[in-house]
Amino acid sequence: MNGPTDRFVLPARILHWLMAALILAMLFIGAGMVSTVNDRYPELLAWHRPIGIAILILAVIRLGVRVTHRPPPLPADVPAMQAAAARASHYVLYGLMIAMPLIGWAMQSAGGYPVVMWKGFDLYPILPHNIIVYGQLRRLHGLFAYAFFLLILVHLAAALVHAWIRRDGVFQSMSGGSRT
Amino acid sequence: MPSPSPSRNPLPALAVIALVVVVLALLFAWTGGWLTPARISGSVMVDALQSNTGKIFPGFRRAHTKGICVGGHFDSNGAGSALSTAALFTTGSFPVIGRFNTGGSVPTGADAGQIFHGLGMRFQLPGGREWRMALDQTPVFVVSNASDFIALETASTPDPATMKPDPAKMKAFLSTHPETQRFFDYLGKTPMPSSFANGTYYSINAFRFTDAHGVTRFVRWQFEPEQPFTALAKGNADTLPPNFLFDDLLQRIHEGPVKWHMILVPANPGDRTDNATIAWGPDHQRIDAGTLVFDKIATEEDGHCRDFNYDPLILPEGVAPSDDPLLSARSAAYSVSFQRRAAEGPRPDAITLELQHKGEVK
Repeated sequence: MNGPTDRFVLPARILHWLMAALILAMLFIGAGMVSTVNDRYPELLAWHRPIGIAILILAVIRLGVRVTHRPPPLPADVPAMQAAAARASHYVLYGLMIAMPLIGWAMQSAGGYPVVMWKGFDLYPILPHNIIVYGQLRRLHGLFAYAFFLLILVHLAAALVHAWIRRDGVFQSMSGGSRT
Repeated sequence: MPSPSPSRNPLPALAVIALVVVVLALLFAWTGGWLTPARISGSVMVDALQSNTGKIFPGFRRAHTKGICVGGHFDSNGAGSALSTAALFTTGSFPVIGRFNTGGSVPTGADAGQIFHGLGMRFQLPGGREWRMALDQTPVFVVSNASDFIALETASTPDPATMKPDPAKMKAFLSTHPETQRFFDYLGKTPMPSSFANGTYYSINAFRFTDAHGVTRFVRWQFEPEQPFTALAKGNADTLPPNFLFDDLLQRIHEGPVKWHMILVPANPGDRTDNATIAWGPDHQRIDAGTLVFDKIATEEDGHCRDFNYDPLILPEGVAPSDDPLLSARSAAYSVSFQRRAAEGPRPDAITLELQHKGEVK
């Protein structure tokens, strides 16, 4: 029964799982680095910036894959409200994947900070130095991070409901595994 | 394609799903420090500063609050290359902005009451690179780590009734922190420079310098003034105008440039490089790496120094942090202070207000 629209295409599946790992790591790094003043603070901060930019690049590629490849439809028996919620949550997830790194880059630019990828390579600022803009973007970066984490928890719970309770093939369309 | 109907009891699966979500949420909460109240974050340090001050002055730095902007250049003579490949040490001239500041947390407090001198600097290097420094007038720091910093801020919080710290609490802190007592003794017996311009400014912490051969050494440094030292008559400071240090610097730089020499001091064997409360011995190699020249000055409102964070961990290639735990603590706390004042938005500084009052600026 594995028709062409049964699963996400392979690049979409690879991107999904790779980015799932990176984004979760990123949220934990972000929460961890602002929780401490020991030497993990600068270390985690040094990881946070390049991983963020990696997520931005992958998210743009993924958006390209998404618009050129129709995802498999949800099963017909998923209620319309749930299907709408799923669609909306996926729009928000894509939005956050792209917005979070951009906000991070923009806020560090506005804060007058060098946007260091690794020692010897900085990104160009994408906003002029403006402390008020920095202050607001920094606040947004934190708020969006919590929203992102909550949405990922809901997304994960819904995926597991499809996998273990409904057993309707939705989870397998992304895991690539067999339904039985 | 019929969906297999959920024939089994869904409760066990639901319980496992709930468990997965809760465990992940708890892990996140632990990572963020919400389950470990004793963990010290930059926010905890800044909260301690704010609570010591007794109130929040929105838009201002939480420490070293009163400042003035200067600008100029650093003329490097190339001698520093013996210790580090940092671009600042190649022969040439590099633009620098600075912020001279006093010690307290009250934006309009009189200089006499918060007289400790500090200097933040941002050196602009080729290719958009930077080196930022936050220097103090003392070669050593008052505490060696973040948790002692918080304990000292708590012990020295003025009693709202007497406006003075509780002597018993301070005594208790000092009895278990001889390094802090040593710092206060040093401050007490060392003459205070009469001006921002005739004082020496120290790196406080040690840093790792790496030279072109890959050899790494621990180095502290200081900026020593060309302006001749004169001591402040400490007893008379209270009779001086509230902004006397800033007024003095404005006048001096309007009259001509002020200059310092950057003196690099490599550690000798046995010098502590992970504890900023311990002074190094007297016999050290000294390398004069060049001359710092400030020939421009403006208030924080008009200058371009206020809206930068002088994070001591913004370092060029060839310079890296030491194992001193104070460095990451300073970096984290400065960042939180910067975030808070940025979100509040900057307000006019004391010197701008004074000049407006005198009618010298609008």
